[in-house]
Amino acid sequence: MALDKTEVEKIAHLARLHISESETHEVTTRITDILALIDQMQSVDTDAVEPLAHPLDLVQRLRADKITEENQRDKLQQLAPASEDGLYLVPKVLD
Amino acid sequence: MINSTVAEISAALAAGDISSVEITQAYLDRIATLNGELNAFITVCEDSALLAAKAADEARANGLDSPLLGIPLAHKDIFCTKDILTTCGSRMLHDFVSPYNATVVERFNDAGTVLLGKTNMDEFAMGSSNETSFFGDVKNPWNTEYVPGGSSGGSAAAVAADLCAMATGTDTGGSIRQPAAFCGVTGMKPSYGRVSRWGMIAFASSLDQAGPLAKSAEDAALMLNVMSGLDKKDSTSIDRPVEDFTASLNQPLKGIRIGVPKQHFAEGLSREVEQAVSAALTEYEKLGAIIKEVDLTNSHLSVSAYYVVAPAEASANLSRYDGVRYGYRCEDPVNLEDMYKRTRSEGFGEEVKRRIMIGTYALSAGFYEAYYRKAQKIRRLIKDDFDRAFTEVDVIIGPTSPHTAFKLGSKSDPVSMYLEDIYTIAVNLAGLPAASIPVGIANGLPMGMQIIGKYFDEAKILNVAHQFQQHTDWHKQKSPAITAANGES
Repeated sequence: MALDKTEVEKIAHLARLHISESETHEVTTRITDILALIDQMQSVDTDAVEPLAHPLDLVQRLRADKITEENQRDKLQQLAPASEDGLYLVPKVLD
Repeated sequence: MINSTVAEISAALAAGDISSVEITQAYLDRIATLNGELNAFITVCEDSALLAAKAADEARANGLDSPLLGIPLAHKDIFCTKDILTTCGSRMLHDFVSPYNATVVERFNDAGTVLLGKTNMDEFAMGSSNETSFFGDVKNPWNTEYVPGGSSGGSAAAVAADLCAMATGTDTGGSIRQPAAFCGVTGMKPSYGRVSRWGMIAFASSLDQAGPLAKSAEDAALMLNVMSGLDKKDSTSIDRPVEDFTASLNQPLKGIRIGVPKQHFAEGLSREVEQAVSAALTEYEKLGAIIKEVDLTNSHLSVSAYYVVAPAEASANLSRYDGVRYGYRCEDPVNLEDMYKRTRSEGFGEEVKRRIMIGTYALSAGFYEAYYRKAQKIRRLIKDDFDRAFTEVDVIIGPTSPHTAFKLGSKSDPVSMYLEDIYTIAVNLAGLPAASIPVGIANGLPMGMQIIGKYFDEAKILNVAHQFQQHTDWHKQKSPAITAANGES
């Protein structure tokens, strides 16, 4: 399936990616090529096939609802690009 | 001794012929000499490696002994390593120092291994040539104009060039096996769930699996002994006893049934690789194996289905890189959306962005049925093919890659790069274990043979690989350039 420029821009927005005007053409071509590869699977009739989400049909393991990790808030927050008073800083969201 | 196997180094350490400090220093010297050219390591941990080696020697002096005690290794830079740079080959994490260890790292540490450094890789493990790394291409030690394969290209090149005794890798669609084939080393992707994924930076969670890259099947078995086993921190980790994978290495192969998938010997396979794998099958017949053709009818659909499943899962996994809590953030964002978009566009490389977009598209409203669900159905067909084949044979053997390594920069079109993994991808979709071992050399470059096993039959695969290595010496071949740099026989 061939994509057009508007669709590519929409996908980029959904993925929170910025694509510059100069890149749009190449990105559109590449993605269209990849979708053509993917579309080979449409040639097979799979109506009666049960989808496989996971190679081994396992049941999710549960654990007791207990805190097992130590609190490393300060250490982890040192990794942040910007933080203040124990909070992560981001650009203003509300005016 | 740096070109020795882990088993040999382990014996020399136990006998007191060499200390861990000595062998560690030898590898560090070797890295200092060759890494500038090969670019196999992103980070070298010289000081901590020597401290760990000293501790291993002291532990041994105090009576401790275990097969991997004091053995120097490298981890792919996808594994979180506490207080050590962990980049995943990306600008997004170019300054990320992990606050914790991956379970795999923790287990090797507990076994007394010495971490030499972190190896280069395709960005977020997305690539088959190591050319998508933010930290530059890795060069193939056999010929530095060629790629080492990917995504675990740094680990494969490091093992091949004797920059370490062994290395870890991860395999989502062939990322251990294909570089192992291109660099002439032994690599294994275990069954899905065999090795914990905790602390291994996620690409496609239903496919990702960690495994060993080593100089022999025996070494891979020694590594797998340490890596495997239940980890409660990974909900997909399998609760199953871990056998000693070295125990059955010497079992004779008389009567073993080897399946040869006709689809893996069809159009697109180079003559050299076909001849090398055929010669190996003849060798197996001499060892008493029974060769039987098997039919993996839907294997031609594996690449199509994979490029829905893997990007879809990647698009979800990589949504966490938003510039808020860790990792790269763009300069002077004007608002939140601008921060997200520019952080991600500047922090990710082209291939990663492409896959995020494919995955986002496949999961977007109105397309889920046609893409993701369809791919999951194809995945079932592929698994069923293997299940059927394994009622008739014990292992399946074919080429790992259609040809030897290709030249750096020669594949600019993503689709042709994706088709590189044509023989390996189906194994990940089915969750099966498989190894690649050296099977020959053509035009000065190594070739690999893939051995696929039943679920949790890693021991059988390693047995089949080890027996081949007892009767041939392809796994001992080194690039002439590497032998010369060794300055030894």
